[in-house]
Parts: sequence; C-alpha cells; structure tokens
Amino acid sequence: MPKVTSIDILIIGGGPAGLAAAVAAWDAGCRSLLILERDERMGGILQQCIHSGFGLHYFGESLTGTEYADRWISQVEERAIPYQCQTMVIDLTDSRQVTAVSPQYGLQRFQAGAIILAMGCRERPRGALAIPGTNCAGILTAGAAQRLVNLNGEIPGKRVVILGSGDIGLIMARRMVSVGARVLACVELMPYSSGLPRNVVQCLQDFDIPLLLNHTVISIQGRGRLSSVTIAQVDPETRQPISGTERVIECDTLLLSVGLIPENELSRSAGVLLSGQTQGPLVSQSMQTTVPGIFACGNVLHVHDLVDAVSEEAVVAGLSAVRWIEQYHCDTPEEDILCRLEAGRGIRGLVPQRISLPLETDYIVIHFRPFQVFQPGEIRVRADGQTLLKLKRRVLTPGQEETIRIPSERIREGRVQSIIVEAGDSLE
Amino acid sequence: MVDVCIIGGGVIGTAIARELSRYALSITLLEQKNDLAEGSTKANSAIVHAGFDATPGTLKARFNRLGQSVFSRWCEELKVPYRRNTSLVVAFKPEDRSGLVSLMDRGRQNQINQLRIIDARELRQREPQIGPQACCALLAESGGITSPYELALELAAHAYQNGVKFQLQTTVLTVRRESNYFVCETSGGPVLSRCIVNAAGINADLINNQLSESTFQIRPRRGEYLMLDKVCGSAFQATIFQLPTAMGKGILISPTVENTVLLGPTAENIEDRDDVRTTAGGFEQILRVASMSWPDIPRQHFITAFAGLRATSDRDDFIVGPSDDIPGLFNAAGIDSPGLTAAPAIAMELAANIADYCQSKLKNDFRPPEHKKKPFRLMSDSEKEAAIEQDSSYGRIVCRCEQVTEAEVVEAIRRPIGARTVDGVKRRTRAGMGRCQAGFCLPRVMEILSRELNIPMTAVEKSNPNTELITGRWPEAINPLIHEDRERQVL
Repeated sequence: MPKVTSIDILIIGGGPAGLAAAVAAWDAGCRSLLILERDERMGGILQQCIHSGFGLHYFGESLTGTEYADRWISQVEERAIPYQCQTMVIDLTDSRQVTAVSPQYGLQRFQAGAIILAMGCRERPRGALAIPGTNCAGILTAGAAQRLVNLNGEIPGKRVVILGSGDIGLIMARRMVSVGARVLACVELMPYSSGLPRNVVQCLQDFDIPLLLNHTVISIQGRGRLSSVTIAQVDPETRQPISGTERVIECDTLLLSVGLIPENELSRSAGVLLSGQTQGPLVSQSMQTTVPGIFACGNVLHVHDLVDAVSEEAVVAGLSAVRWIEQYHCDTPEEDILCRLEAGRGIRGLVPQRISLPLETDYIVIHFRPFQVFQPGEIRVRADGQTLLKLKRRVLTPGQEETIRIPSERIREGRVQSIIVEAGDSLE
Repeated sequence: MVDVCIIGGGVIGTAIARELSRYALSITLLEQKNDLAEGSTKANSAIVHAGFDATPGTLKARFNRLGQSVFSRWCEELKVPYRRNTSLVVAFKPEDRSGLVSLMDRGRQNQINQLRIIDARELRQREPQIGPQACCALLAESGGITSPYELALELAAHAYQNGVKFQLQTTVLTVRRESNYFVCETSGGPVLSRCIVNAAGINADLINNQLSESTFQIRPRRGEYLMLDKVCGSAFQATIFQLPTAMGKGILISPTVENTVLLGPTAENIEDRDDVRTTAGGFEQILRVASMSWPDIPRQHFITAFAGLRATSDRDDFIVGPSDDIPGLFNAAGIDSPGLTAAPAIAMELAANIADYCQSKLKNDFRPPEHKKKPFRLMSDSEKEAAIEQDSSYGRIVCRCEQVTEAEVVEAIRRPIGARTVDGVKRRTRAGMGRCQAGFCLPRVMEILSRELNIPMTAVEKSNPNTELITGRWPEAINPLIHEDRERQVL
C-alpha cells in the first residue's frame, strides 16, 4: 500500500499558472505546498517561447517567454517552495486524492487540502479536423515544431505551409524562416487572423509571407513525406470550399495552428464540471471549480492570449486556495453563490461563470471572446436588466480575448442575481 | 535453402508462420515493408465476426466459423486484447425485418449459434444511443473485437522464438520454380525454398500468377474509417452493423478494445495499390450513413481518420490451400473480410497441409510465447509502484494520453522484430494513438529511438524509408552564405 502524503495545497503544473499560484499561496502564509510538473524543468510552454512580448503588463518589460518563466521560477527557488519535476499526475479524485508517477519517487499518493489545476492546454491535431489525404511525415502542430526547433535545435522541414493564423502559427512562421526554411503561406479559414495584430505584422508581413484569409487546406498529398497540400478559398457564410478555387502548394511541412484545447482529463476524473464554451472548468470569481477545494487557473481554465493575465488569474487561485483551507479546514461547505454570469449576444467563453461569497476583492475580472468581429465594438454588462457597464473598443475580434473589470461594490450593493455580458457593434 | 518461404507479414502470414513453427521446418518470412502488419492488417474494423454473414459453403464461411471458435484462446495465450462484445445488425424500417431473418437463416446454415432477432425495446435497452428509426436487430452473441496488428506482432514474436527468420524491407521481385524448389529473387538477394506460402495480401496475384496457370486478380477495395476519442467509448457496447439494403452495405460503429470508437468503412475500388488516402467524400459518407445508427455523432471528439485496402480477389471467396498446378505453392490470398477472424483457421489448416507436403513432424520442444510486459496503463497502483521500483523508466510517462512509459517504448524497440520507427513504436505501445495524436510524445519517442538505435535524430523515420521527421539541425542549416563568409575570413 503506497503511503499517502498530506499536503495543504497541491499544484498540478509548473508552468506560469502553477508558478504564480504557488508564490501567491506561499506569500499568503501557506507552508505546506507542492508543485508537480511533468516536464524536466518548470516553465511549461514558456520554455519553448524564445520570442519576446511577455510581461509587458505584469513586469512593465518586454521579456522572452523563458525570461518570464525565470522570473517566477526564481521566486519559487528563493522561497524554497517544494516542487517535483518529471512527475506526472495520473489520477485525481473529487476528494482531492492525487496519484502521481515519477522515475525518482515512484508511485506517490497525496491527500491535498486544496488542489490548483494548472495543466495548461494541448493543440488540436490534424486528425480532429479529419483533413483528407495521406498519412505522411511532415505534418505537425506548430507547438510541437516549436519545441523541436527551440529546445532541441531540430528542424522539421524546409518548405512550410502553415494552417491557422493563431499566434502560435504566426510565431512559427517567423521562426521557420529564421532557421532557413521557406514559408510559403499562412492559410486562415476565417476572414480575419485570430492572432495578435502585432504578430501578423512582425511574423508574416515583415517576411513577405502571404496571409490567405478565407482559405483552408482541403487535402494533403505525399507518399512517405509530405509533398504538397491543396488549398481552396471558402465561402464566407458556410466556410465550405469553393469549387474551382483549388490550388496546389508544393511543400514538405504542414504546421497546424488550429486551436488549443484546455487539458482537462484529470479535471473530468475529479468530477469537475466543464464549460462547453471554454472547454475549461466552470469557476467562481475566486477560481473555485464546481468541486469544493479544487481551483483552476491559466490555460486549463480558458485559453489566454497573454501570459500576464495567466499570472494575475493564478495569483487569485493561490490566494483563494489558502483562504479556503484556513476557513474550512477541508470540510466541504455549501457554496454561497451570489450571482451567475451569462454569455449574452455576441460573446462566448465567459469566465468566471458565477460569483460567490466571500467577495473580498475590489473588482471582479471577467474574460471572454467576441463571437465575431465588431468594428467599432461595444461591450455591455447588464445586471438584472440594468446596464452596469458600457465599454467601447475600436475593434473586437475573436482572436483577442477581452478582459473587463467590474467593481465588486456594484454587485454587493445591488444584490445582483444575474449578470449578462454582451458585445456588439457600437451604436454611436 | 529453407523448407518454407512465407511471402507477407500481415496477420495471415504471421499466423501461418507461428503455426508452421510447431513443426520441424526451417521457415523464412519475407515482408516488403520495414515493419510487420503494415498492409491491411493495421487498417481494418478489428472485428471478430460471428460468422452469419458469409455465403454458406464457401471457405469464408468455414474459416470464419473455425477461426471464431479459437480466437479468444489465441488471444488469451498471446495476451492480445479481445472482447466478446456481441454484434447487432440493425434494421431501420419494419419491412427490413425479413432481411434480418434471411441473415439469421444464413447464419444457421453456417452452423452459427446464439443468433436471435430482438425488438426495438430490447435494442434500446441494450443500446440507448441507437437512432430513433432503428426498429429491430439481429443479435449475434459471439461477435467480438480485438487488436489486429497486436495479434500479428505477437504471433510473429512467438514464431521468432520458435525459429522463424524474418526479413523485413525485402521485396519479392520475381519468383520461379526450379526442378523441385522455388527461387524468390528479392531486393535482398535470392531466397531458395521447398515451399512458398503466398500471403502477400494486396500483391498476392503478382506472386501466384508468376507461377501458376490458375491465375486470379486482386482488385483492391479501399475502406476509410473515422476514429473517436475514448470519452465516447461507452456510446455503444456491441458492434453496430446496418442491414445492407439497396442503398449499400451500411457503415458500422464499433467500440475498440481500447474504448475508442470506430466508424466505417467505405468501399471504393482502387487502381493504385499504394493509395491509402482518406477523402472528403469518404468522410462525408461515413458521417451521413452512420448517423442513422448514431444521430448525434460528437464531431468534437474525432481523433483521426485512416484508410486500408482490402485484398479482394476476382474469385468471390478466399483462395486458400495448395495450388492447383504448382506443387509446393500454397496460397492464402484474396483475404478480405472476414480475414482477421479466419486467420487462425487458415493458419492451422495450411500449416498441416504444408507439414504433410514436407513430411515434417511436430517439434517436441515448441516453446510457449514470451509476452511483452503488462502495459503500465493496465497495471494496478501496487503493480505500478513495483514496476517503477524495479525499473525507474516506468516512472517516466512518454505518452500522456495513453499513459505509455519510457520502459514500454524501450521494450518495444528491444524485443525481437522490434520497432524501428515512430509508427512501429505506436503500434506496439499505443504511444501516439491518443487524442493529441502524438503532439506530446513525438519528440520523446524520437529521442528514445535515436538513443536505442544509435542513429541521429535526422535519421529517425515515421514509418517507411523517406519518412524522416527532422530535415536538419540548427544552426548548421542556416543560410550557407554565412559559412562562406566565415571561410573567407579564415583564409
């Protein structure tokens, strides 16, 4: 019988979310915590992000991904917060029991007072889209290619087509050029790029890589190794390929940047309920999931555009976990739900989905993505029918996650039952 | 000179190899690709058919019945997954009930028991997800599912232990008969043998027709499949067939032994024997037809699509047995459905025929199989703990979706006829078969292959030759002009 180790706060994942949650929990007084990280080192996806632009908000500097990770890793080291690398959590229960395996420590069982889910997300593969054609070498997700190139110095191909203009696809377009590959096109299904506008400029335009909007890859050719892809224009309404617009691009590599999926396999095992819109756990404003004592933050909760927002969210999760343990001593009390948040017209992927007591922060941070492009756009927050907030934006686009802050006071005072967040065209 | 040369390393060839290895015979198996089970064996429905479907009196009917009766024992002995999950042939119109009755009659003629027709109520009790128009079904209790490529690999390992030699990446260019033996000219030199077993799958006609006047043609028929994530694994218990109607043969839905869900296959005659592409049309057809059985197929749970070629012959039945006119030539050809189910029976019968021809006796030192170790994901917690204590590489999970550890990847490479490629590791361990489709494990599996085979990363292949995954190293691969500048400076 493997022994069970008790830990107050167990953090699954040592990427930016797990690291910030750990530091926040420690600084709030928790001295029994442990980070479990499956990779050789901590840092998560940031390890392979050698480009800059991280930390503009949080540290007021433009850092590379690895530098941003190092800022947090050194905070963990300075505080001597315990962590284990090469440790994969293989089971999680709703009573917060964790089973993990590692070559060094073998099979371990933990009983946690609170759990912070920080597992990040994975990439959608070709198979999920069922792109027809051959099953040849040379097709991989952009993130996997990034890992090979940046961590191992291994180049996956020489003539590259990128499917999907999300940030990871854009970044890899530039990266492949820098290692001597020819990037022939970035093919995007929608009429807009889902990446940050600055990445479209700095990764595609600056390198004369054509961005083919309203296009998709309709088949893959190649015996053994990829030899070409066939692309076609799509109908803007139906997103179906338009017959007669097919074009063959000869290439040996297809990098896929076609969506990120929060990695919630463990969350499901623990009975944590997930949002159909974000694919992440349903949470309160304090990052509490539907299972008492299990919190979530970072990309496992919803796919973020900026790591700064991940850190901010993770700090909330860390503090909430500490508060939860102090107040409830691992009992499982009824959650006191103050009000529900709903995604109204024009938006999806709203986080959090409920507000519970205690409501101790000055404001509530809300994230969402607009359903489509609104230019100019307007965000409307209505509480029980009354307009609480109206914000104008020059442009709202699904590629850019929006963050708004609602003063907690307005919710407390108004005894609000339900809040609806909407987005649409600016009416003025 | 060997006694027997088997051409073809799929489930048929490896089953025959294993059965033959019970006898005091020298046996060589030639496989054209660089791994076993690379043809139809890795891309079929994985169903162990109850046997009602085959035309009575045919070899298909006989070998299905015999194969079905020993299949679970074969899998048990080799520790290959097998589940008797039952089969249901569903009718969607009340008037089609007579079609089910005909099938049941055919089954009875084939001496298949445990067949009965169930009504809508019982059908819905068994399969709550079944589409609303399903009105009745033929239940075949003996229907099952297995892992066809695992079976082939374990049969090969057992055959290898009992002296069978395997030559991979060996294409038979020509084959001819000299006085009383055969000469296969192969890409690896000539192979001389007293007998030839033609288990060459899609190319079996090419082998037979060089020797025999009793020719046949293989007309490859491609089948496309879609696979869904394990989270859908409990959607259906039984393998759900659709009663063939004037509209066509129907699309089946089946859980696999790993609890993924398989939809398919289509059926399309193909000229090019290398064409295992999936198509937009095939995808659309699978979803449209399968939706009768499963109205809400959850598209967000697709994980992959693949296609295989059926080695359908122009003879309408298996071509199994000694050649009509060429002594020493034994055919196991035209093996399309129910080929997988029939494999044990074909192998046992042919092996007996060949042993007889060679006047060879059973060995008294036939060795039992040496199994691969129990997969980590199937171990109990205490088994996992013990495994890691013995070998710390069991504590390093390489494939997070399927919980495959480094120890298993290494074992897959080191076992006889072990993996040499990423796909070889995949088929032996399941690394890369999960929902992320090797997004996580690919670099890790490649590193282990590179280390174990002592080859650079640029030489690690996905499957067959010319499927290298890494085309260069950085910074060496940067603009060669930079190197030119450096050289000039040095001079």
